[in-house]
Amino acid sequence: MIKAQVLDEAALERALTRISHEILERNGGAAALVFVGLRTRGVTLAQRLAERIAAIDGTKVPVGTLDITLYRDDLGLKTDQPVVRGTDIPFPIKGKTVILVDDVLFTGRSIRAALDALIDLGRPKMIQLAVLIDRGHRELPIRPDYVGKNLPTSRRESVAVRLKEHDGEDRVVIEAPEEG
Amino acid sequence: MAWKRKDLLTIQELDPAEITLVIDTAASLREIGGREIKKVPTLRGKTIVNLFYEPSTRTRTSFEIAGKWLSADVINFAASTSSIGKGETLLDTARNIEAMSPDVVVVRHSSAGAAEMLARHLRCGVVNAGDGAHEHPTQALLDLLTIRERKGHLDGLQVAIVGDIAHSRVARSNIHGMRKLGMTVTVAGPPTLIPPHVQEFGVKVSHRLEDAIRDVDVIMMLRLQQERMTAGLIPSLREYSRYWGLTLDRLRASARADVLIMHPGPVNRGVELSPEVADGPYSVILEQTGNGVAVRMAVLFLLAGTRVAQEAA
Repeated sequence: MIKAQVLDEAALERALTRISHEILERNGGAAALVFVGLRTRGVTLAQRLAERIAAIDGTKVPVGTLDITLYRDDLGLKTDQPVVRGTDIPFPIKGKTVILVDDVLFTGRSIRAALDALIDLGRPKMIQLAVLIDRGHRELPIRPDYVGKNLPTSRRESVAVRLKEHDGEDRVVIEAPEEG
Repeated sequence: MAWKRKDLLTIQELDPAEITLVIDTAASLREIGGREIKKVPTLRGKTIVNLFYEPSTRTRTSFEIAGKWLSADVINFAASTSSIGKGETLLDTARNIEAMSPDVVVVRHSSAGAAEMLARHLRCGVVNAGDGAHEHPTQALLDLLTIRERKGHLDGLQVAIVGDIAHSRVARSNIHGMRKLGMTVTVAGPPTLIPPHVQEFGVKVSHRLEDAIRDVDVIMMLRLQQERMTAGLIPSLREYSRYWGLTLDRLRASARADVLIMHPGPVNRGVELSPEVADGPYSVILEQTGNGVAVRMAVLFLLAGTRVAQEAA
């Protein structure tokens, strides 16, 4: 059940545009950058950031896909083994500045897994983290470099980032816990 | 779709969604083999035991590499170098191995049903790596993955399986898998090597190589075991090769230009396959071996994960 809308389409657009500018400013351009998105919506957001950077700066930043299933720390704790959908990063990350992109930052455990997965693929010069929503409740010392919106939430709520490519609409909502 | 089984014993017992899950998982895991550092931490702290009562290079090595790339500890027991040679029964050996707390036991045995018997008695996961002339499920899964990679799909494809169908666990597992995924299968070979009533598996039978391979998408050649000759099932290797050996001339005369040639290995060059065909552009034999590691990684990942989940529950 949807409890509140956090970002509408226009606000989501503005957040991504601002993050794109921040990435360019902080890194002095886009020359040595690569994007790596966490499946599934992180990849879509990374593609949108890459499009914006191409429009602003004229640089085409490559976008890779990271599946963290093999690196999770809760394998075997869940009842069902999660489905492995594969990592696809068809460019070297050695010596690059990797912008890791995810939709929602929560406990930080996915990002811990993503850092391990990335480092197994090569030694980047630097890894930065961009998230659309930071909802707090960190369980690990992980902090984002770029945030679309900081959103105080209760642990029991869930935050849904809905994107046109997957959900037919662009918006972010808070969903109340199911009753019972 | 989630994996629910403790063991992988046969293709016959799997439903199409389960087969597809293993193949999809394997396709996702294949990327690890292309990395500079071929290791992911997924099965760290898990132990996999290879228990092989029959000689094997490809399958055992493939399970070993698969386990190691997933960071599991892999221990090999071969019949020739273990207490098996001292007369210990299969079940006693397995119980002793289980006392060492493995997570998965991979077993190959000359008796049909050996893996299933172990699975009933052991708490850990059991993978059938070949039981007599019964099944060899991971071989069928890697064959299906190889075909899907090359053809883009499986449904509707036509396959000819040629050779010693009667004694082949590879044929049996493939027939089950292919039929479940909507493929048409023709088995072909001398009448002595075709099991009676094989049509009940939903396959067509041909006794002429040229007819069997016409218009099919895939030709799967089986290894002819020398023992079949001494058992009187074929007159001579030369005669077998003359009627059933796949040569380039035969292939060009009867088969489609985009046909795939598969073989589970090891190849008897000059008997069932001529060297030009085995090494030629139609052959995907080495891709099969490469995909074998990916499929075994997928199976170990699914079984080891499922086992822990069952214990937690």
